Amino acid sequence: MRLKEYPAIGEKVFTETLNNGLTVIVVPKTGFKKTFALFATDYGGADRRFRLEGVWRDTPAGVAHFLEHKMFDMKDGRDALSVLSENGASPNAFTSSDMTAYHFSSTGGFQENLETLLKFVSIPYFTEQSVQKEQGIIGQEIRMTEDDPGSVQYYGLMKLLYRDNPIRDSVAGTVESIAEITTDTLYDCHKVFYNPSNMALCVAGDVDAEKVAKTAEELLPAAYGEKPVKDHGNDNGPAPFEKRSTVKMEVGMPVFMAGARAKKARGQALLRQSVVGDLALKVLMGTSSPLYVSLYEKGLINSGFFAEMDAAAGVSHTLFGGESASPEAVFDEISRELEKAASSGCDEKLLERVKRAALGENLRGLDSPESVCVGMARGCFNGYDALSEIPVLRSVTAEDVNDFIRENLRPENLALHIIEK
Amino acid sequence: MQPVFRKEIMPRVYLTWVPAEKFKSGIYTVNLVTPLNKSEAALNAVLPKILRRGTSGAPTMDAIAARLDMLYGAKIEPTVRKIGERQIVGLAAFFADDAFVPEKILEDVIALTGEMLISPATAGGRLKAEYVEGEREKLSEEIRSIVNDRRRYADMRLIELMCQGEAYAVPSLGHLNDVEKITVYTATKRYREILPEADVEVFYCGSASLERVEMAAVESLAALPRGAGGALPENLVLTEPKGKDVREFTETLEVAQGKLSMGYRLGDAMKSPNYAALAVMNGVFGGCVTSKLFRNVREKLSLCYYAGSRIDKHKGIMLVSSGIDPANYEKAVSAITGQLEAVKAGDFTEAELESAKKELINAYRSGGDSLYALEGWYLDCTQTGVERSQEDMAALVSIVTKEDVLKAASGIKADAVYFLKGGEDSEA
Repeated sequence: MRLKEYPAIGEKVFTETLNNGLTVIVVPKTGFKKTFALFATDYGGADRRFRLEGVWRDTPAGVAHFLEHKMFDMKDGRDALSVLSENGASPNAFTSSDMTAYHFSSTGGFQENLETLLKFVSIPYFTEQSVQKEQGIIGQEIRMTEDDPGSVQYYGLMKLLYRDNPIRDSVAGTVESIAEITTDTLYDCHKVFYNPSNMALCVAGDVDAEKVAKTAEELLPAAYGEKPVKDHGNDNGPAPFEKRSTVKMEVGMPVFMAGARAKKARGQALLRQSVVGDLALKVLMGTSSPLYVSLYEKGLINSGFFAEMDAAAGVSHTLFGGESASPEAVFDEISRELEKAASSGCDEKLLERVKRAALGENLRGLDSPESVCVGMARGCFNGYDALSEIPVLRSVTAEDVNDFIRENLRPENLALHIIEK
Repeated sequence: MQPVFRKEIMPRVYLTWVPAEKFKSGIYTVNLVTPLNKSEAALNAVLPKILRRGTSGAPTMDAIAARLDMLYGAKIEPTVRKIGERQIVGLAAFFADDAFVPEKILEDVIALTGEMLISPATAGGRLKAEYVEGEREKLSEEIRSIVNDRRRYADMRLIELMCQGEAYAVPSLGHLNDVEKITVYTATKRYREILPEADVEVFYCGSASLERVEMAAVESLAALPRGAGGALPENLVLTEPKGKDVREFTETLEVAQGKLSMGYRLGDAMKSPNYAALAVMNGVFGGCVTSKLFRNVREKLSLCYYAGSRIDKHKGIMLVSSGIDPANYEKAVSAITGQLEAVKAGDFTEAELESAKKELINAYRSGGDSLYALEGWYLDCTQTGVERSQEDMAALVSIVTKEDVLKAASGIKADAVYFLKGGEDSEA
């Protein structure tokens, strides 16, 4: 396996691409009692239209997530969740707009648990009956997300920002869309997206990296599959599809989320954009910025206010929001600040400060094997090295930040979504 | 791994030091332990938020933010926790380990935390009006927003209704109407009382030596006033339900999914509690992936998206939370009740017992890999007075027998059921 060292953060990483196309990543974590393993596919809720062997296919909303639920059913009638739990592992899975990941952590029995993980994710087994039953369970989950202001907010804003991109739609789909899912849909999508060349296995812990790679080699299909081509629609340029939307819901006080599309980026440029974008947002409206302090002191925002970069399904965007008695007032003040920053440039001294702070924050993230593995998998699917964030961070200049602001944060390109009672 | 060390570093100020080399960051928290009661809960909850706003040396948010940025993005956050019938408020610092940043920052982080606690920004001898009033509003926003998390809201309402008249009914953040009454005068008065009164639990986990942490902690808290204090009241543990029949409460909110929350008294098991057996019992019933609730109520009956149980070992209660279609209310209640009866009757296999134990052992052992989990664990230990590591707990769980579980379950009695159902329009 190839070894890469990161002396500044005290990490090293073993990687290998197997003959079947699978990327294996092992991050040794000495002293940790638990080992965390994540088996992920570059397939999420927004990957609904794809081309395979020259043919384009459209699938209903919610298939990736539905598959995630159903993969746990094993051919021998047992479910993988129980098998892993009974062997002392703590298993789970998640589906986001851009990936599906199955994972477990365990403090013993790692080898057997890894084998179970590789097997149940690579061997599909669905029946009409079990698909039908799952429609009931997921139906409840969908209703739960419909009641969750955080989720309503995010998709509400995505619907404003994008016209075509399926990132607009809830990863779980709707009760109607999942009713269209059959065993055939599931088998087909599994075949397309769960082929090793479209997947990554990331392990963090005190393990033998070579043995992890060897186990994957032995248990997964040997054939190299074609990587599917995805279509996320044609949303180009910085302008949002629509600018404003207000939804009525039971909330304690109004919540809002706003943002703007950022220029499309891939590979290492995507990582750099996310680092530069986060720094720009910190300088403009982070907890150290004069604007944040002023909004907080006026009682317009509380400590739940956030501002961050988000990227998935071929697009990236800035997001900011929180709770406020007057979201419009917050939005207006932020818009004015963006206008000002675009003409006069950001505060360079403040930028140096937030860069220094970002170094420490980055280190804290490394203490979570879960977030290290998810980050590595996402980096693998998007073509960047997630652990190279600190050198990238160090290299960011005021010029980079100012360019980002001028290019991606024009007030006229912001969309605002509000939930109120 | 070196052993954890706890010592009294000043009168009724206890430092728990957990050495760990494997992390790239560290945690340091200072916690004031007070009895939970309605009259002071809101005041206690707002205090750390006010203290976080400014110190005599860094009197504004800008000044605090600048200091934290220079400490490589260290965070110091106000905390409010409820452990049994105690309310624990304080400050929690998260920061990079000295080994990975160009200079030593631990002493400065500890000093700033202490400065916030002991030396707040004042005006005319009182806490600053602007900060008190500002944070009073933020706290009231925070309480009003609890409803956004439907599950948490339903559980909180159940506890309030089921434990009416007991200190435990008071939510950790206090009640909205008490928050609204907070003034500069009452906040300052409470601040002056709580510092000398409260027992103080200081916690550190990271790579620094005990000597270094102790010296910095003592120095930062040197001016902390210390009164006589008094023994904290014990948790009130009721072994019987309050009503003759299980009390049912229903409230309405415009939601699509109903939230069901059921409360139980653990009963006899609390007389000389075997915490490991209680944990395994809860695991078999509804705390684990392989539990009866998860397997039967969710997977087999498809009655809900989630169904789980948890226990409060300090207070001696158990809570079941579930998200259900409002039309399935009766079915869900009876299914959950049936599963508990099965546990009590010993109707579970050796395999179910073993997998609950394995899951718990894994969870306890994994806890040692997270700074947050370590801090929470040892703070909890200080409140039971039984100091044991998560490894010790894992060992105790491994020897729990079916008989232990039956004993732990034998006295459980349902006390109250709370249902948050959808409004007229959303009811199917």
